[in-house]
Amino acid sequence: MSTPLTPVITEFWDRPDLYTLDGYRAVGGYRALERALTMDPDDIIAQVKDSGLRGRGGAGFPTGMKWGFVPQGDGKPHYLVVNADESEPGACKDIPIMMANPHALVEGVIIASYAIRANHAFIYIRGEVPNAIRKVEFAVKQAKEAGLIGSNIQGSGFDLDVVVHSGAGAYICGEETALLDSLEGYRGQPRLKPPFPAVAGLYASPTVINNVETIANVPYIVDRGVEWFRGFGTEKSPGFKVFAVSGHVKRPGIYEAPLGITMRELLDYAGGMRDGSEVKFWIPGGSSVPMLTPEHLDLPLTYESMAEAGTMLGTGTPMVFDQTTSVVKAVTRWLEFYKHESCGKCTPCREGTYWITGVLEKFEHGHGQEQEMETLTSLCSQISGRSFCALGDAAATPYPAAMKYFRDEFLAATHTSADEQFDPVASYVFAGAAAR
Amino acid sequence: MTITNEPGADVAVPSELITVIVDGVAIGVPKGTLAIRAAEMLGIEIPRFCDHPLLDPVAACRACLVEIEGVPKPQPACAQVVSDGMQIKTQFSSDVAREAQEGVMEFLLLNHPLDCPVCDKGGECPLQNQAMSVGRPESRFTLDKREFEKPINVSAQILLDRERCVSCARCTRFADQIAGDPMLELLERGAQQQVGTADDEPFDSYFSGNTIQICPVGALTSATYRFRARPFDLVSVPTACEHCASGCSLRTDYRRSTITRRLAWDDPEVNEEWNCDKGRFAFPYMQQGRLEWPLIREDGELRTASWPEAIDVAARGLQAAGKDTAVLVGGRSTVEDAYAYQRFARAVLGTDNIDFRARANSAEEHSFLASRVAGTPVQVEYSDLESAPTVLLVSFEPEDESPIVFLRLRKASRTGTRVYSVGSGTTRGLEKMAGTCIPALPGREADVLASLPADVRDALAEPGAVIMVGERAAASSGTLTAVVELAESTGAALAWVPRRAGERGALDAGALAGVLPGGRPLTDAIARNSIAQAWGLAESDLPRPGLSGVELHDAITEGRISAALVGGVEPADYPLDAVEALGDLDFVVSLENHHSAVTELADVVLPVAVVSEKSGTFVDWEGRPRPFGQVFRDAMMGSDAYVLGMLASALDRAQPSTVTDIRAELGRLGPWTGSRIPFEPARVDSAQADTTGEVRLDSWRLLLDLGVMQEGDPHLAATARPTVARMSPGTAQRFAIGTHVRIEGPGGFVQLPVELDESMIDGVVWTPMNSEGCRVYRDLGVGYGHAVSIAPATEGGSA
Ligand SMILES: Cc1cc2nc3c(=O)[nH]c(=O)nc-3n(C[C@H](O)[C@H](O)[C@H](O)COP(=O)(O)O)c2cc1C
Ligand code: SF4
Ligand code: SF4
Ligand code: SF4
Ligand code: FES
Repeated sequence: MSTPLTPVITEFWDRPDLYTLDGYRAVGGYRALERALTMDPDDIIAQVKDSGLRGRGGAGFPTGMKWGFVPQGDGKPHYLVVNADESEPGACKDIPIMMANPHALVEGVIIASYAIRANHAFIYIRGEVPNAIRKVEFAVKQAKEAGLIGSNIQGSGFDLDVVVHSGAGAYICGEETALLDSLEGYRGQPRLKPPFPAVAGLYASPTVINNVETIANVPYIVDRGVEWFRGFGTEKSPGFKVFAVSGHVKRPGIYEAPLGITMRELLDYAGGMRDGSEVKFWIPGGSSVPMLTPEHLDLPLTYESMAEAGTMLGTGTPMVFDQTTSVVKAVTRWLEFYKHESCGKCTPCREGTYWITGVLEKFEHGHGQEQEMETLTSLCSQISGRSFCALGDAAATPYPAAMKYFRDEFLAATHTSADEQFDPVASYVFAGAAAR
Repeated sequence: MTITNEPGADVAVPSELITVIVDGVAIGVPKGTLAIRAAEMLGIEIPRFCDHPLLDPVAACRACLVEIEGVPKPQPACAQVVSDGMQIKTQFSSDVAREAQEGVMEFLLLNHPLDCPVCDKGGECPLQNQAMSVGRPESRFTLDKREFEKPINVSAQILLDRERCVSCARCTRFADQIAGDPMLELLERGAQQQVGTADDEPFDSYFSGNTIQICPVGALTSATYRFRARPFDLVSVPTACEHCASGCSLRTDYRRSTITRRLAWDDPEVNEEWNCDKGRFAFPYMQQGRLEWPLIREDGELRTASWPEAIDVAARGLQAAGKDTAVLVGGRSTVEDAYAYQRFARAVLGTDNIDFRARANSAEEHSFLASRVAGTPVQVEYSDLESAPTVLLVSFEPEDESPIVFLRLRKASRTGTRVYSVGSGTTRGLEKMAGTCIPALPGREADVLASLPADVRDALAEPGAVIMVGERAAASSGTLTAVVELAESTGAALAWVPRRAGERGALDAGALAGVLPGGRPLTDAIARNSIAQAWGLAESDLPRPGLSGVELHDAITEGRISAALVGGVEPADYPLDAVEALGDLDFVVSLENHHSAVTELADVVLPVAVVSEKSGTFVDWEGRPRPFGQVFRDAMMGSDAYVLGMLASALDRAQPSTVTDIRAELGRLGPWTGSRIPFEPARVDSAQADTTGEVRLDSWRLLLDLGVMQEGDPHLAATARPTVARMSPGTAQRFAIGTHVRIEGPGGFVQLPVELDESMIDGVVWTPMNSEGCRVYRDLGVGYGHAVSIAPATEGGSA
């Protein structure tokens, strides 16, 4: 029996007015907030802890635990920062959430701020998506007008201001401490830890940073309860996930399903591979996690099973590639991205991405040398685990994974260019349509 | 560390030792120690680039990765705080650490030009050295290296070759954390990351040269030194800075009898590892335009003379004037030279008319110095500033007048020391110390000190509080009296900070009327006896108290003095007529190394050594001796003490003339423990009421200005701050001042561009004292604290 889809955040996305306060309210919106404001903040933290919700920004850190790290009664201001910088190649779920259901995010922000006793919340949105920024700004404005944000919200005595901030378009500003620097007006580069943001984050005060999807989960948990939430997913990966499937599939898009669904099932929902094509390799969650092959299609998409398979669930936004794709070229594109986005702070990532990309470009053009395959492997190991932040680790990921499954393609690239090996036109997503 | 009973000394005692194991060897270290420091204590050197003990860790370069037992990934030793029992494995005992370090080193070199043969740093380069110790013998990198246009100026003095930069962020952190001039920043991303400044905002910092020294590669160079020498061809001599009373330890490097550069030397108790750009770059004066031979005035003209002839003429002339001679020592002499001057004055000429204060001074200051400062042991030191809860500055602008005091106060302010300054406004320096201005009209500080806000007064009563008063206080009647009263009533420690390097030493050496070496009162019988004995004289041979300061000046202008023996004085520091007045004397002998306003009117000019040609001792503001050795051992020029010795011999009087002999004589005298000259409070001459059209002049010498010892380095001069007049918007409005102002005093006027300063009190105009386009004494005829009138002017407008 196949796993059914479980639309929650996405349930009413076909309502054209869902992005408005009235539309959201009509489907039960802000009910959770009303309830939350009657609760002890610590009980909300406990509830989120009990739900087992894990961060949807990529690392899967338990959200309730993160909230619990914030020292209470310390006399300092606390901040909630929503990470809406979604820039990872392949990741496309936060922006759709913000466009279709921005009030779920706003309601989550208010509840989370109430729980961690923050009177200021910031939503840091990637600068290249003005349409999403406008939607969230509109939602915040409506919530303010309705007295859901402001002072003494709903007579609860709780004050909150929410600021929507647009980034300037740097992938590194999605890294939480770089995001804080950027938000404070500095150049976005990761900060040295400790101190951790929960102790000294924004303006050196206790700060919780959560992904858009993580926060958008919160109202539903508060409204429907821990048991309901734990009814989805597995023990270690409870709940549902907004999967964003892209690549050579018939119907790329958003599929909300319980954690534990398999890629094969998601592929079915996505209409299967495009005609005449089969899966060559796929990536469960953004370019930063190692690729898998058709043999992994039946693994449950959970944090734990992906880790077992040597990869990660990441952002839960699978990219699927068919046999027309050159692995060499795909890996080169990803590395070009990391080289371009490396912030430059630490040596391994700054210099390593420069070097690796240069060598990969030789392979792409069929000029690779066999011994350079080993060089690339060692360069990746010289970055992995030695860089300042996870961007470096991410940059060191694609090549070793590709080598594990597609060594021969790199070998062929010592004499034949990627485009000669794989007709680039054939791999275009619209190639099939064009042919028709 | 030294345990003392002084306030604040108890703060830094490390409380608890914990044990860490580095490469299998256990060591006890204070809590909070970084792994890289713990390893150093055992003599284990971990490679590093971004790490610097005086900068906050960034852990950016990743050169120092080590393995920590139980931690999956290698960790940067420069940011890893150790915990009890931590097992640290460096490259010497861990393959993980070694491979990680080798990997980083390979990465660091790939975009590095490896142009060592033409790089200033080659031979003393941490990248070269560490590439040799942990790098691969051959690079696997065969692609094109990143390129940058080279070099670019980040200031007139500092050049940047970006392709050499390893992005360690030492320079940027120095600028931000130490100097407080955060104009240097890392820009761009990835391999394009580079150090730079905003387009129209160069790296404007008095401390910019330090970035060159801490740059671990040759990316930062100075226009002065670039391509001038290779480190391995240089001879290095530890020296002390002659430019101010901060007392920096320096290293002087020379090649073929020419100084090529000076560096800050490591002295944790004084300058830590820093110095200022004046101390670093202002040395060409020593090798340019020097007086080489004695000169004698004949028929109104100076002519070259032989040493024996010149000494003979000088000795006779001085002998003829005898006790009617004035001896003006100047602020640049060493302790030994100053000692020689006062001994020559008192024992040979029989006069006590001596003063080292070649600048505005007062009888009140004389009393203050004689009673409170001369020959006293160290009362406040740098570390006390760091632990002080509160520091009050009076008539003192540390960033310009004692830069290392500024750096230490800024450091202190970052860890909680509150800085207050009695002055006319919040200066850039005070802002960087997060300080608070207590507004006072220049010249009226005494009133403000007498009625300080209660919270400031209370803060000064806390243990460890310090009051620092600058030498400018002498020009402001009653200030020193008020400062003494404040220190006594609050219990705050009191430090006097002169500007020149030689002043404190000269005072201690007795180069002030009424004050014998070590602060001995000239009127004290025991003191007179011990000095007479040391000099082989009878007590009655010693002179009676003579004249100094204003009294001495009056005696000169009134013809009661007939001759002068003048050391290195800078006329720009002196109200103009003081130097002019010397022209009316019968006989003037000038000991100098360059032509000056004094040599212009001298009858005999005797050339003397500069600091590189002699050894000696300066005493910094703390009272700490700063001995230095002779850079050029075969220098032909004798010191002031040596020349004075020749003069004494010519008059059949022997006096010690070498540093060794003088130090021995000072050693035999020992410190003075007898009674001291009591302080005589000055009666504040009460308000000269402000009349309409008049404002008060606030003024001090900028660190970089027209000082004679800064001549010869155009790049340094180009980094001087622009000459502007500052005033409050209210003052500008009251006098209808626009972009330019005409400032007029009894001696003339200047016209300067105006900078409005919201923080300044009304009724004050500030100008630099000796900068291009504004030499206060010469141009206005008055100085700090005096009334001047101001009026609107236009750029380049005529008088
Ligand atoms: C280079 C880099 C980029 C990242 N970009 C994002 C991002 O765009 N959005 C996001 O939510 N998390 C991103 N992260 C992860 C965040 O650092 C952080 O773990 C996350 O926001 C925490 O939220 P969560 O606990 O709700 O997942 C990024 C991490 C790295 C290293
Ligand atoms: S790994 Fe280093 S260079 Fe790369 S983004 Fe992180 S801090 Fe910047
Ligand atoms: S210029 Fe020198 S000190 Fe500055 S970041 Fe580059 S290598 Fe470091
Ligand atoms: S601070 Fe003073 S002593 Fe130090 S280098 Fe500068 S001028 Fe010389
Ligand atoms: S010295 Fe430790 S990371 Fe640079």
